[in-house]
Amino acid sequence: MAVRLFGPAREAAGSERVAVEVPGGATAADVVSALEARYPALAGLLPRSRVAVNLEYVDGDTRLGPGDEVAILPPVGGG
Amino acid sequence: MKSFYEISEGPLSLEAAASRVADPSAGALAAFCGTTRNSFDGKDVDHLEYEAYRPMAERVMAEIGMEIATRWPSVTGIAIAHRTGRVDVGEPSVIVAVSAPHREAALAACGWGIDRLKEILPVWKKEVFTDGEVWRENQPRGGEPP
Repeated sequence: MAVRLFGPAREAAGSERVAVEVPGGATAADVVSALEARYPALAGLLPRSRVAVNLEYVDGDTRLGPGDEVAILPPVGGG
Repeated sequence: MKSFYEISEGPLSLEAAASRVADPSAGALAAFCGTTRNSFDGKDVDHLEYEAYRPMAERVMAEIGMEIATRWPSVTGIAIAHRTGRVDVGEPSVIVAVSAPHREAALAACGWGIDRLKEILPVWKKEVFTDGEVWRENQPRGGEPP
């Protein structure tokens, strides 16, 4: 599953888009766990980041479907 | 209610935002304009760099606008604009403008709007100093140093 990264997460991973393997019916939290395992550089940021699916903030127990746009949103700094 | 939401790569204009919310029934127009400061914690800021999750940010702006309309039903116009990319010292990075028949609603809605934006708008800010750089996270409401 492709995951979009922004701000400090993008910079830490060195890419604005990464891929992780998760089983069908995986949740947003499963994707975060897979990212933690695959990209140690994100370990510090992930626990403080939120997940967005299809442009909306979601909880960790949200189930993902094929074609969903998943994004990791570190603590924001707009304004 | 008039509404205008924009993530912009180019300079922001307070006047343009104000014109977006102007309404014959509005006796009040309140606006907040955030600009790049030249220092943070005593360090010299050269410029800021903003990055947005653009489609989500424009959607979140519209959600903030809808929340404002619910909380202050008299509001006649809302404009929210945020800049991306490099923003030099003194330049606006964000504008919130609200019109309403009376000042109480306009001022309250504008203040609430910028606070809400700083909590949930998917935008990230990098402070670039003369000798380094850091991603700066917004502090919880009321937690910002003066």
